[in-house]
Amino acid sequence: MPETTARAKEVTAEPDLEEIEVRELIRVIPAHHARANDPEAGDLPGAMNLDAVSAWYGAFRAVRDVSMAIPSRQVTAMIGPSGCGKSTLIRTLNRMHEVIPGSRVGGRVELDGQDIYGSTVDPVRVRRVVGMVFQRPNPFPTMSIFDNVAAGVKLAGPRPDRPVAEIVEHSLRRAALWDEVKDKLASRAVALSGGQQQRLCIARALAVEPEVLLMDEPCSALDPIATAKIEDLVRELRDSVTIVIVTHNLQQAARISDQTAFFFVDEARSGHLVEIGPTSAIFVAPREQLTQDYVSGRFG
Amino acid sequence: MSIPIRTGSRAPTSSARSAGDRIFRVLSLGVAGMILLIVAGIFAQLALGSAEAFALFGLGFLTGQTWDVSMLVFGALPFIAGTVATSVLAMLLAVPLGVATAVFLSEIAPRRLAIPMTLLVELIAAIPSVVIGLWGVMILGAFLRDGVEVPVVGAFGELPFLGSAASGSDLLAASLLLALMITPTIVAITREVLSTIPQSHREAFLGLGATRWETIRAVVLPQARTGIIGASLLALGRAMGETMAVTMTIGNADRLPSGLFDPAQTIASKLATSWGEASDGVERSSLIALGLVLLFLALALVLATRLLARGSLRRSGIGR
Ligand SMILES: Nc1ncnc2c1ncn2[C@@H]1O[C@H](COP(=O)(O)OP(=O)(O)OP(=O)(O)O)[C@@H](O)[C@H]1O
Ligand SMILES: [Mg+2]
Repeated sequence: MPETTARAKEVTAEPDLEEIEVRELIRVIPAHHARANDPEAGDLPGAMNLDAVSAWYGAFRAVRDVSMAIPSRQVTAMIGPSGCGKSTLIRTLNRMHEVIPGSRVGGRVELDGQDIYGSTVDPVRVRRVVGMVFQRPNPFPTMSIFDNVAAGVKLAGPRPDRPVAEIVEHSLRRAALWDEVKDKLASRAVALSGGQQQRLCIARALAVEPEVLLMDEPCSALDPIATAKIEDLVRELRDSVTIVIVTHNLQQAARISDQTAFFFVDEARSGHLVEIGPTSAIFVAPREQLTQDYVSGRFG
Repeated sequence: MSIPIRTGSRAPTSSARSAGDRIFRVLSLGVAGMILLIVAGIFAQLALGSAEAFALFGLGFLTGQTWDVSMLVFGALPFIAGTVATSVLAMLLAVPLGVATAVFLSEIAPRRLAIPMTLLVELIAAIPSVVIGLWGVMILGAFLRDGVEVPVVGAFGELPFLGSAASGSDLLAASLLLALMITPTIVAITREVLSTIPQSHREAFLGLGATRWETIRAVVLPQARTGIIGASLLALGRAMGETMAVTMTIGNADRLPSGLFDPAQTIASKLATSWGEASDGVERSSLIALGLVLLFLALALVLATRLLARGSLRRSGIGR
C-alpha cells in the first residue's frame, strides 16, 4: 500500500488522500478515455437513452426524472448510497420493473432510438435484447448446466444455422467458464461454486445474444477471486455488448467502467441522478460537491 | 461451555437452565413414546379384532367379492375397489384443478382477485363434510341423475365403465364430491410451495425473453413438483379416509360396481353404515379387518410420500 501511495503522489498534482487509490486505478487502466471518445462507437447497436425516467412502487416514487445516455459498447457504472434507486432504475431498462405488482414507469427509455415503452413494443422482445444478471447467482435449480445456458436459446426457437450445443459452448467460453464445466455439462447447476454460478448466469444471459447486459451488483455475493474473474469478463465483454453495472464497490466502478453515474436521494427518498461523466472525471474532478464527498468516502 | 466466565454468579442460573433442559427432554421423550404406544395399540387392537376374519378367509378376504351377512361370507374387494375408484377419480379431477387454481392465484391473478378467491377456497375447506354430503345428495345427486345419467343411459343404454343404474347416488357422485373436498388442500399446499420459489428465478427466465406462461412451465412448475406431489398424496389420504359425504352419496351397495353410474361402497362408508347393526363374531371381525386394510393403505401412502420427498430432495441437491 505505501508503495502505491508514493507512486500516486508523483503523478497527480494535488493528491487528495482518499482519492489516491481510485486515481491510481484510473491511471493504470488506459482504455478509459479512448473508448469514451471513440466516434465509431455511436453507430453500433445497443445504445440507450433515458429521458426523464421515473419509477414508482404504488404511490412511492423511487426514481425521479433520470435523463442520461448509455453509449453503445461501453461500460456504464451506477453508484450511489443504498436505497437511491439504482436497482429500480436498472430494472426499468429491460421492462423488469413492471413485473412487480403496483409498479409504474414514466418518461422515455430508448434503445437504439426506439422507445421500449411504446404501446406496440412487446416486453418479451425487449428483454431478449437487454439481458440481465442479478445480485445473487440464480441458476435454475431443476436444470443442468447445459440446460441453464440453453434455456433462453430454446425460448427463441431453434436456429437452423447454429445448433444449441454450439451456442452453449460459445456462451460458456465468453463467460470464461467453459474449461471449468466442459466435463460436467449434464450435472446440476446448483452444484457449482457461487462464482461459477454467477458466470453461468452471465453465460445464460449471453446465450440469447443481447445488445445490452444489465448487471445489478453481480459481485456482491462473491469472494475477491471470483470478483476479479467477473471484472476481467466485463472488460472483455464490452467489445461486443453494452454493459450497465450497479456496484457499491467504488474501486470496481473505477476499474471497469468507461462512464459513471452517481445517484442520490432527495427529501422524499426519491433517487435522482446527481452527475454522470467519464469515470476518470467523476472520480478525480467531479462537478458536484456531493459526488466529491461520496467518491472520497466522506459519507456513504 | 468449557471456559466459565464469572463462575460465581452464573453457576446457579445455568444449572437451573440445564435442569429445565432435562425436564423438557424427559417430557418430550414421554410424549413421543406415548404416540408410538397409541399407534402400536391401534394396530394391535385391529390385528386382534380381525384375527377371526383372517383365520376364516385367509388372504382370500382381500379378493372376496361377496359380503353376505346371512351366509356369513365376507370379502373386501368391493370396498377396496370402491375406495380406490373414488379416490383415483377424485384425484384425476382435483389435482389438475387444484394446481391450476393455485398457479392462477399466486402467479397470474391480480391481488384484488387473488385475495377473495383464496378466501373462497379456504371456505370450501371449512365446510363440514356432512353439509357437503347433504348438498351432494340433494343437489349434485339430483342433477347428475336427471341431467346426466338418465339422458345418457336413455340414449346409449348400458355403456362400458358407466353402468346403468343411473340413480344419482353412485361412484360418480361420491367422486365428484371428494374432488371438491380435496381441491382446497391441493390449492393451499401448492400455493405455499409456489411462494417459496425465489422471485429472482422467475425474473431470470423472464429476463431471457420468456412469457409468463413459459416461465410457469419451465421454472415454476418444475421447482414445485415435489411439493405438488406431496400435496396430492396428502389429498389422496384424505379422499381415502373421507366417510360422511361419501356415505351419503355413494349409494351403499355391497358389490363390485360395474361403472360410474353404479352405487358402490368404500371401506370408510361400509364401516360407517354397518358397524352399528353388525353382529358379534365374524361380521364384526370382518369389519375390523376392513379397517386394518384402510390403515395399511394410508400407511403405504405416507411411506411413499416420504421416499419420494427424500429422493427428489437428493436429486435437486437441496438435501446435501
Ligand atoms: N418491491 C418494492 N416495493 C416497494 N418499494 C420498494 C421495492 N423495492 C425497492 N423499493 C424502495 O425503492 C427505493 C429504491 O430501492 P432500490 O432497491 O432501487 O435501491 P438501490 O439503490 O438498489 O439500493 P441498494 O444499493 O441497497 O441495492 C428504496 O427506498 C426501497 O425501499
Ligand atoms: Mg440494489
